[in-house]
Amino acid sequence: MSETPLLELRGINKSFGAVHVLHDVDFAVWPGQVTALVGDNGAGKSTLVKVVAGIYGADSGESFFEGRPVHVSNPKDASDLGIEVVYQDLALCDNLDIVQNMFLGREKRNGFILDEASMEARARETLASLSVRTVKSVRQSVASLSGGQRQTVAIAKSVLWNSKVVLLDEPTAALGVAQTRQVLDLVRRLADQGLGVVLISHNMNDVLEVADRITALYLGRVAADVAAKDVTHSQVVELITAGRSGDLGITSSGAIA
Amino acid sequence: MTQTSAPEPELADSDFAIDAHQAAGLGEAVQAYRNRIRGGDMGSLPAVLGLAVLFVVFSIASDRFLIALNLANLITQAGAICVLAMGLVPVLLLGDIDLSAGVAGGLSAAITALAIVDHDLNWAVAVAAGVLAGAVMGFVIGLFVAKLGIPSFVVTLAFFLGLQGVILKMIGEGGSVRVADDVIRGITIDNMSVAAGWILAVVLSIGYAAVSLRRHRIQVSRGLQHAPLSVVLIKIAGIAAIAITVTAVLNVNRSRNPNFPIEGIPYVLPLVAVLLVFWTFVFNRTRYGRHVYAVGGNREAARRAGINVDRIRVSVFVICTSMAAVSGIIASSYAGKVSASSGGGNTLLYAVGAAVIGGTSLFGGKGKPSDAVIGGVVIATIANGLGLLNQASWINFVVTGGVLLLAAGVDAVSRRRRSAAGVG
Repeated sequence: MSETPLLELRGINKSFGAVHVLHDVDFAVWPGQVTALVGDNGAGKSTLVKVVAGIYGADSGESFFEGRPVHVSNPKDASDLGIEVVYQDLALCDNLDIVQNMFLGREKRNGFILDEASMEARARETLASLSVRTVKSVRQSVASLSGGQRQTVAIAKSVLWNSKVVLLDEPTAALGVAQTRQVLDLVRRLADQGLGVVLISHNMNDVLEVADRITALYLGRVAADVAAKDVTHSQVVELITAGRSGDLGITSSGAIA
Repeated sequence: MTQTSAPEPELADSDFAIDAHQAAGLGEAVQAYRNRIRGGDMGSLPAVLGLAVLFVVFSIASDRFLIALNLANLITQAGAICVLAMGLVPVLLLGDIDLSAGVAGGLSAAITALAIVDHDLNWAVAVAAGVLAGAVMGFVIGLFVAKLGIPSFVVTLAFFLGLQGVILKMIGEGGSVRVADDVIRGITIDNMSVAAGWILAVVLSIGYAAVSLRRHRIQVSRGLQHAPLSVVLIKIAGIAAIAITVTAVLNVNRSRNPNFPIEGIPYVLPLVAVLLVFWTFVFNRTRYGRHVYAVGGNREAARRAGINVDRIRVSVFVICTSMAAVSGIIASSYAGKVSASSGGGNTLLYAVGAAVIGGTSLFGGKGKPSDAVIGGVVIATIANGLGLLNQASWINFVVTGGVLLLAAGVDAVSRRRRSAAGVG
């Protein structure tokens, strides 16, 4: 593990009106590692992701990117730093093909004219570098892809821009067994390329299989931040549901072990 | 980048077929096209087939249909509808509608005609004023739709009613304004010289061939996906054949009076062709066009990709009413006057019908400027053919309405098949 995390949040607080959603949350993403962010519904996972992505501003707390203090106040700041989020609903345009979707909003041009040749070549390179061989053609429309392939395209789109941190919101939630397999392999390959990957998931099998670290949220607090190999399936479930498991997790006084 | 350790998961072959850079040959290309059609992606095929059927039926029913004089008439009749429908395509791409485009075109034509009659302005200035007026109307409509969030149906219905009042005020009850300019009149009544017509046909064919062969060469040399050369050549031959046939027919003397020959291509045809090439370029080859399709396909995805969705929505209404202005001016050229009812009635619905018949989806995200032109020719052919058969105009309404319903039905059914087959 390298010494500085790619992305580090310290003491993040966020409230919506009277509801205190995040309490002093510390969160780190390391290069080359898959960090799983787990927690029950309402634990604050989505809010934390949106703070990282710049969609919500935090009420207090500090952010560091590659050790430098940064201020992310909107989604563009986040993408300029190299932080990309792949949302659960994917947000692909069904009427466009894979290349067009991957370059949407950032099309390459020769003067006024779209540079289709360069875009197609780059898209193919990126898919090949991720060992994606599941699509018949990069010129097929996204509507014709399976759920796993759509997920793959959405993830490949996020790495096309030399991003350093990729956050994946429930990437396997709607997928079958074989497609889940493809996406988890892809998640692993992203980390192997040196990216910091954040995997948000409810599926403990997925988490324990690909994650290097697990950060468990419980009612807006970090219950534990542990190496995946040090915990068992049932311990993670206890952390999610009760906030503690044995000597791990939040003690009754509210301090963190 | 080879992964030595990770063995490929075992999945169906189809899932792991290697990216095919091209269909291997003509046969496979035909097969791929048939699969697309079966999957519900028919494009303008129904319109082309329908047009062929209409031509056969009308040429059997009337010996005055398939003659040069009538075909030239058909083209001048189709001009205004094609241009208006082309303008509607970007609006329909976003899943919106502009019900006011017809009367907006009528108002623009009135402004142009009055600028010439009352203010003695040069035709170019007058046309510019008319088109600018159209663009302003579209801008205002777009602001209501995009910024206030009123459904486009309601906004443009309000403009449809309101603008008719404005035309009435400008022209006066029951009155009309003469189109007092030879250039504007000439759009539909004058013809290019025979030589100019041939030059146009040859330039068009060679230009199309050069562009598509160049693209094919780049795709091959950079190892990108491309259609087989045979398909490219067939398309080039098809375009050239159409251009040359149309020119040959229109270059024949079609006058009944031997002392006054009428020959050559009506100016409206190159005008429509230029607009078609221009908008096809904009929607296929520019970032703006790509963003219009993206907003039509998935507004939320477009917004997240950093596209200014509101600006795109306003811009399509500006394009629509500007094109409506051009269409209105062509219609006034054909009629020789602008009356208080210009652009009203069924003008707009014919144009919407043209776009939909041509293969533009009312659900947004799918459609091309060329769809509008093909659909416009279908609508004009129905009106022209039934007119030759001396049918009462009620039949014209019923048949056109039926064709529109059929086209919208085809659109809805093919959309369902697309989502079932997963082909976009």
